[in-house]
Amino acid sequence: MLEVEGITKTFPGVVANDNVSLTLNQGEIHCLLGENGAGKSTLMNMVFGLYRPDSGTIRVRGEEVHFEDSGEAISRGIGMVHQHFQLIPVFSVAENIILGNEITKGAFLDLDTARRQVDALAERYGLAVDPDAIVGDLSVGEQQRVELVKALFRDADILILDEPTAVLTPGEVDDFFEVVESLTGQGKSIIFITHKLREVLAVADRITVLRAGQVVGTTTAETATQQSLANLMVGRDVVFRVEKAEPDPGKSVIRVEDLRVTDDRGVETVSGFDVEVRAGEIFGIAGVEGNGQRELVETICGMRPAIGGRVEMLGQDTTGWSPRKIHELGVAHVPENRSKHGVVAQYSIADNLVLNRYNHRKFSQRGVRNTAAINAEAKELVERFDVRTPGVEAAIDTLSGGNQQKVIVARELTGDLRALVVAQPTRGLDVGSIEFIHRKIIELRDQGVAVLLVSAELDEILSLSDRIGVLYRGRLAGTVEAAEATREELGLLMATGAQS
Amino acid sequence: MNGVGNANAGVGRAASQVHRFLNEVWRLQPLYVSLYAILLSFVVGGVLISIIGVNPFTAYWALLRGMVGGGDQIAGSLARSVPFIGSALALAFAFRAGLFNIGAEGQLLAGGVTAAFVGALSWMSDLPGIVAIPLILIAGTMGGAIWGGIPGVLRAKTGAHEVISTIMLNSLVLFGVRWMVNSRDPVVLRDTDSTVPRTDPISDTAVLPELVDSQPTLHVGLFALVGICFVVAFVLNRTTFGFEVGTVGLNPHASHYAGINVNRVIVASMAVSGSFAGLAAASEISGTNGFFQPGTFFLMGFDGIAIALLARTNPVAIIAAALLWGSMLSGAPLMQQEADVSIDVVRIIQAMVLLFVAADAIVRYLFRVRELDQSPFKAKSIEGAV
Ligand SMILES: Nc1ncnc2c1ncn2[C@@H]1O[C@H](COP(=O)(O)OP(=O)(O)OP(=O)(O)O)[C@@H](O)[C@H]1O
Ligand SMILES: [Mg+2]
Repeated sequence: MLEVEGITKTFPGVVANDNVSLTLNQGEIHCLLGENGAGKSTLMNMVFGLYRPDSGTIRVRGEEVHFEDSGEAISRGIGMVHQHFQLIPVFSVAENIILGNEITKGAFLDLDTARRQVDALAERYGLAVDPDAIVGDLSVGEQQRVELVKALFRDADILILDEPTAVLTPGEVDDFFEVVESLTGQGKSIIFITHKLREVLAVADRITVLRAGQVVGTTTAETATQQSLANLMVGRDVVFRVEKAEPDPGKSVIRVEDLRVTDDRGVETVSGFDVEVRAGEIFGIAGVEGNGQRELVETICGMRPAIGGRVEMLGQDTTGWSPRKIHELGVAHVPENRSKHGVVAQYSIADNLVLNRYNHRKFSQRGVRNTAAINAEAKELVERFDVRTPGVEAAIDTLSGGNQQKVIVARELTGDLRALVVAQPTRGLDVGSIEFIHRKIIELRDQGVAVLLVSAELDEILSLSDRIGVLYRGRLAGTVEAAEATREELGLLMATGAQS
Repeated sequence: MNGVGNANAGVGRAASQVHRFLNEVWRLQPLYVSLYAILLSFVVGGVLISIIGVNPFTAYWALLRGMVGGGDQIAGSLARSVPFIGSALALAFAFRAGLFNIGAEGQLLAGGVTAAFVGALSWMSDLPGIVAIPLILIAGTMGGAIWGGIPGVLRAKTGAHEVISTIMLNSLVLFGVRWMVNSRDPVVLRDTDSTVPRTDPISDTAVLPELVDSQPTLHVGLFALVGICFVVAFVLNRTTFGFEVGTVGLNPHASHYAGINVNRVIVASMAVSGSFAGLAAASEISGTNGFFQPGTFFLMGFDGIAIALLARTNPVAIIAAALLWGSMLSGAPLMQQEADVSIDVVRIIQAMVLLFVAADAIVRYLFRVRELDQSPFKAKSIEGAV
């Protein structure tokens, strides 16, 4: 269906793709693997006509193509779901889907026909979406389905999915794979990018691994193992479960009592939550997304007011404090939503690395920013956290998704910390980087930092936490010692809120 | 190959040579669209002029001489441009904070009337100039700051969009000052000795020193406003406050996360923004008019919007854009006299400049200008989750 041959693409200071070749057969699921910044998204953006290759050829159904823009790729039956969604939140699902490909009746949008077609597609592939829902109100998983329907609506038979599962809950991932299987069953061919090796082995027909812009291997799901893939990607042995010593918990650092919080729509999503995290321990919060995690974390960090209950940190009542005041106590926060809260896309890497410390004495004297000091700090952090970039003055949105995440983690994990609130800290990271970040978090724990970890990844919760709480409908449904926890027990708690 | 395509290819090749030159010499890349928009507007304006039966070169030559043809003309052009710098800065500063302050028109009036009121207070004549002049300027600046700050507060406290509230406040102050200056019963601010509605003349001690006795008077306010452009550039690009303003403008959610008090930045930016218009008005009252008449500032705030957008909200480029704008208006009468082309043609050319800057796709296509950054006044695409 698709042949990519000898593609090279350079950006100022980086070779993103170096003589890459890849073929996609009809009806196949082809997984593209590689470290953060290996060049996966770049390669796919070229296939989709968003970038032009410096050299090399792309053939679609045997015919050589030179796309000027993505419109031409779409007309050749290529569809892409991007790493960062491209939907317009204030539009309805149907409006988003027909955007750029409007069905009209005279001078008016023919939304009825659109709705019917969306329903038909949804039924055919088992993609449940409500055409009249407003996209901004949908969960991430639902938005994902909208993106898929949008691609299918344009008759794509080659689908490129860039890290579609990074933002999905385990249940949503299962649904998603059913959809993918039904798509290939009907003859569609899929390129699937992910960092989750378990998924790769579950769905892939063939696997291509990129490292530093080059293809380092092509294999099949039958012959590969998680370990072999990881080693191929990173070029060294990767440990999936980081070793850690017994915790030595000290004084209570974070204490939340009977907390009640509403979400943006005014619905109470945290209703009577209690937790205590002590110095030198990692408390993991597991739970299906949408059970109040976002509101809980935002309230603890001062970004959202509580409607009841209290938050105490380091012995002080911090309920209602501003984010700055809480940060100044030594509380760091890795936010769940990378592009909304974590970074300013137009700013340089350096400015993003000091985003919440720009006013510290070190970086600003008498109200004037000290660019030299900021850049020096940034260089050091980029080095220490292995952010792949040609320079700290580049805009952060030239970084690959995973490297942007590393910038956020680097910013938050430095400084004089007493507590760390991390939400989905390794979302979108490759296995090597996950290992590194896990080590850092454990290191901080061993230095006496209290860590509150919120993650949708059960594996992450299980391998990092000392104690695990399950958040169910805004309450703590149960707490278990990590050493005794099993996936099954947690899964049951997450699904029903009741211990077996 | 069609003719248009060929011609456009030729323009493209020539343009790329010019680009290289401009970029090496002045690093003007971000302003290409503006430069070409001006060029294009004059070309279209020339076509218009020839349609009404006048040789466009004759007309433009007269316009040019009216703008910079001699000492008097240059001084007049400069004088005409001074207040535009302030009203354009008002838009540009707020723009950095992601706010569209289209209320400079009203902020000028608020600043102007406050300055005139304070300048005419009886005890002002007892003060030395070195005190009286700063006082009248500060009064005007405060007037503008308050009138700009109100929509900032409304935005921060109630979420009322500043575009709507500044429009409302424009009308409010316009009719307010008109009444204050016109009314004889009761007398509010009207100078009852004058036949035309205006305020009492300001004290002699509050008059800004003039540089050249031109029409209108060129006063030292020129240096003040040009200086402020550089100060604003420094504040926005190098200071901690500027970083906060820019961060709020680019991503208010991330700003909140990063501990920036978003509401405070919004109010401060609007007030600072209004203060520039207020200062511009005060310097006109003090340096040129000597009293306040509502008509003086007519359209000056709206021209400021066009100038700021032409300068792509870069404070230093605003100086050049304001000078161009003011001198075109100042030179137009000579064009009317000599070539019999109405002054309104200059207005039309200016409107086209704004149109081409806003609809930059036209210019980019014609002159092969690559998209460098997001155009500052088009809707941003909104990203979904993560
Ligand atoms: N627009 C751009 N300008 C400059 N450099 C870029 C640009 N886009 C990508 N790069 C660089 O190209 C390299 C490959 O990036 P790419 O986004 O393809 O990585 P990726 O494999 O998708 O990584 P991830 O798993 O983190 O998403 C990176 O070093 C990145 O910094
Ligand atoms: Mg990517």
